[in-house]
Amino acid sequence: MSDSTPQADSLLPLPPATFHILMALAEEDRHGYAIIQDVAARTGGELKLSAGTLYRSIQRMLEQGLIVETQERPAPELDDERRRYYRITPFGTAVARAEARRLTQLVKLARASGFAPGKA
Amino acid sequence: MRFYRALLHLYPASFRGEYGAEMRGIFALRRREASGFAALVALWLQTLGEVVVNAAAVHWDVLRQDLRYTARTLARTPGFAFTAILVVALGVGANTAAFTVTDFVLVRPLPFAEPERLVKLWESTPGYSRMELSPANYRDWKRMNTSFETMGALEPISMNLVGQGDPERLEGAAVTADLLPVLGVQPLVGRWFTTADDREGAPGTVLLSHRLWQAALGGDISVIGRKVILDQAPYTVIGIMPPDFRFPNREAEFWTAKQFQEEDFKDRDDNYLQVVAKLRRGVSVEQARAEMSVIAGQLERQYPKENLHTGASVIRLRDELSERSRLLLIALCGAAFCVLLIACANLANLLVARGLVRQKELAVRAALGAGRERLVRQMVTESLAVAALGGVLGLVVALMALPLLTKLVPNSLPIAQAPSVDMRVLIFAGLLTVLTGIGFGVVPALRACRADLSALREGVREGGGQKERFRSALVIAEVTASVVLLVASGLLMRALWRIQAADPGFRADGVLTLRTALAWPKYEKTALREEFFTKVLTGVRELPGVSSAAYISFLPMAMGGGIWPVGIAEAPLERGESHTASMRFVTPGFFATMGIPLQLGRDVSESDTISGPFVAVVSQSFVRRYWPNENPLGRHFQFAEHDRMVVGVVGHVRVRGLEQKSEPQVYLPYKQVQDGWFIFYTPKDLVIRSSTAPPMLLPAIRRIVQSADREQPISDVRTMSEIVEEQTASRSLQLRVLGAFAAIAFLLAAIGIHGLLSFAVAQRGREIGVRIALGARSSDILGMVMRRAFLLAVTGIALGAALAYAAGRTLEALLAGVKPGDAVTFLVAVGLCLVMTLVGSLLPAVRAVRVDPITVMRAE
Repeated sequence: MSDSTPQADSLLPLPPATFHILMALAEEDRHGYAIIQDVAARTGGELKLSAGTLYRSIQRMLEQGLIVETQERPAPELDDERRRYYRITPFGTAVARAEARRLTQLVKLARASGFAPGKA
Repeated sequence: MRFYRALLHLYPASFRGEYGAEMRGIFALRRREASGFAALVALWLQTLGEVVVNAAAVHWDVLRQDLRYTARTLARTPGFAFTAILVVALGVGANTAAFTVTDFVLVRPLPFAEPERLVKLWESTPGYSRMELSPANYRDWKRMNTSFETMGALEPISMNLVGQGDPERLEGAAVTADLLPVLGVQPLVGRWFTTADDREGAPGTVLLSHRLWQAALGGDISVIGRKVILDQAPYTVIGIMPPDFRFPNREAEFWTAKQFQEEDFKDRDDNYLQVVAKLRRGVSVEQARAEMSVIAGQLERQYPKENLHTGASVIRLRDELSERSRLLLIALCGAAFCVLLIACANLANLLVARGLVRQKELAVRAALGAGRERLVRQMVTESLAVAALGGVLGLVVALMALPLLTKLVPNSLPIAQAPSVDMRVLIFAGLLTVLTGIGFGVVPALRACRADLSALREGVREGGGQKERFRSALVIAEVTASVVLLVASGLLMRALWRIQAADPGFRADGVLTLRTALAWPKYEKTALREEFFTKVLTGVRELPGVSSAAYISFLPMAMGGGIWPVGIAEAPLERGESHTASMRFVTPGFFATMGIPLQLGRDVSESDTISGPFVAVVSQSFVRRYWPNENPLGRHFQFAEHDRMVVGVVGHVRVRGLEQKSEPQVYLPYKQVQDGWFIFYTPKDLVIRSSTAPPMLLPAIRRIVQSADREQPISDVRTMSEIVEEQTASRSLQLRVLGAFAAIAFLLAAIGIHGLLSFAVAQRGREIGVRIALGARSSDILGMVMRRAFLLAVTGIALGAALAYAAGRTLEALLAGVKPGDAVTFLVAVGLCLVMTLVGSLLPAVRAVRVDPITVMRAE
């Protein structure tokens, strides 16, 4: 629990969409549609975020300080000026870690109860 | 794509502005990916659902955020929050209470099947628009009409119930078997009357009210089929009516079958039946009226003497209440609405001022990226939140006020005494609250958010001329509404005083009254009644403190009817000209007990018996009508089946109450009546003048009555003063409520003026400072502020006076002769408003004079 602050814990558990968006932004800054595609790819097409769910989550995540809008743009030929790019904040990273830890604990407990396969 | 763009409007504008373009872009990509019709349909369905769900979620997010913000702002300014909530509570509470009573009395359908088709039928003669029917006319109307599906009749009666605890006097009705099908109500238990019950000579049957069944018979179901003793005769209980069955009014406790005898149909002038009918489907009240007037015309031709000038009135059952009751309620609603308007104006004013103060805060938020729509929405949420808190409090206020308003529910309707609070009322209060919130919140929010970033620049002073104009208009509206309320309450107050000052014709103070209604046919013989009255009166007169006591058929004001046609040799009997007088049998000493002045001749006496000449004491108004400027003593007239000679003249009594015109009175000696005649007019009300307090007297009186007849119940114990007060009870209640409304309005308007001027002075501090620095005297500054105040007040007063006159015209029927333009009332109201303006502007004016030019300049 080194980098998890009480503030980060207060946001847990994260809504699935929020956690997925954080994961999509873990490697690089992305714009909205790229996030949707990344989430879809990561989940093997299982989760296709709708535009509404995406931007509603983004709005809330901006307010919570999990992500920020970046002013840095990619190379002009790749850029579309309508698009906004989002970047995970250190706080966002902390929250995502805390959530991951929470889920791990949960899975451990589930295993101990014999609910899940794998080593206990 | 256009459709998607339209769909996005479900989102809050701020969200749409922020992300709309990107969402459209994503949607466009998705659509391109979707190949084939089926995929396109699937995409659209998915999108539709997604937008609806997410839009609702975003709205909810915004609302939560706004509410959090509201809670913080209100907590920062508790004074404002408290005032605003209280003002809304007063406005909503006043209107909810007024609505509840008015809806209950005037609007809500009566608790019968198809109530809109129910009417009441009355005979009408010149002078009496609603007179009961005689059995013969009832039978003919029923036979001849084609407008009504069914028609039933009832006669209000009262009987003594004995054998179930203390003897009890009960009000009820003798009804024809076809009455209940008209009303479409089923007994809770048992059955209704059949034609076998209401034929002549059938064994007595009775239906009981739910209350009587519970109270006197313990709610025992086995009572059905048992016999109860009413007025010495056995009646088989055949059923119990439901708890909300109150017919013909809420006093009714039992219903027996009306058994007509053939001789009942002989006299067409013996009017005692109330008739209810159900219109045939598709027949309007107007059509029924037209047909009934044709029928009445035919009967008049057939019976030119008895039915002379006898028409038919058809009145909706819902409308069986006096114009006065209706106006009292409408005036109450109007006044409540005025209070709400003032409350809204006041709050709007408060919010505009607050908006000006908050301009910097709003500008900062705008600079941080909040759109105008977002700010307006936030402020409207704030006012709705205030309204909602006020609304809840207002509902509590209304619920607490309701029991006080039951006096405004007239007795003539078949409804409960107290209005019920149900969904209708809650929905009304809810709607009112929302409208109030929008009413006082939207304009100030729009105005405040017109602010732009310029407010952040140093040195820009808040508040333009336009805002002041809006606020001035609000203050004028407040003054206008308070003038209307002040004048209306003033006029009604003067009307009340005038009515209360009217001489009832008797001295009410110190008179105790109670009713010992004698059972029939037990007391059919006049001699038996004499014996009872003598025993009771002798006993009561011996009680300490009692100076006199007497019996009469009905107390004045408690009973207005009981009239009989008068025949005078010189002026032949003509029913059409309302040659009627109220008829009362009295024992000697009635006039002395009631303090009715004996002006000529003598009182009735114990020696006026059936064997002696038939005599009468008449009222002065009777003499004025028939023998003006002549000595009436020794004159004869036809009355109550006999030739009567005038032996005395007493003062006129307002038998029909303080506000109505009363017929002249004829008092007959209680002994001069044949056995079994004039049952209805048998003396039953005992009046006692005494210096002892009624509670001390009552146990002794009960003992005396008990010893005269063990089975005799006592009912209606009241003082005469209570009866007189009851006359103006609904009025004085309404006036108190209206007066309270006016006071609230007045206070709010004063606060409004004060608030506006204080603000103006604060804002114009620099200008005032400069003026002072340039040599303006205190009186100039004072004049400047006061001029402004009085300009507002005079405009409001002028508008208010015009509206108040119009309101007075509407209320004219309630004003008891006070003119709607009554100068004194208007002068007082205007004077009060000017004083209010002066008081409201005093503090700001003083503050303006005290402005220190140096301090102001330095602050700049």
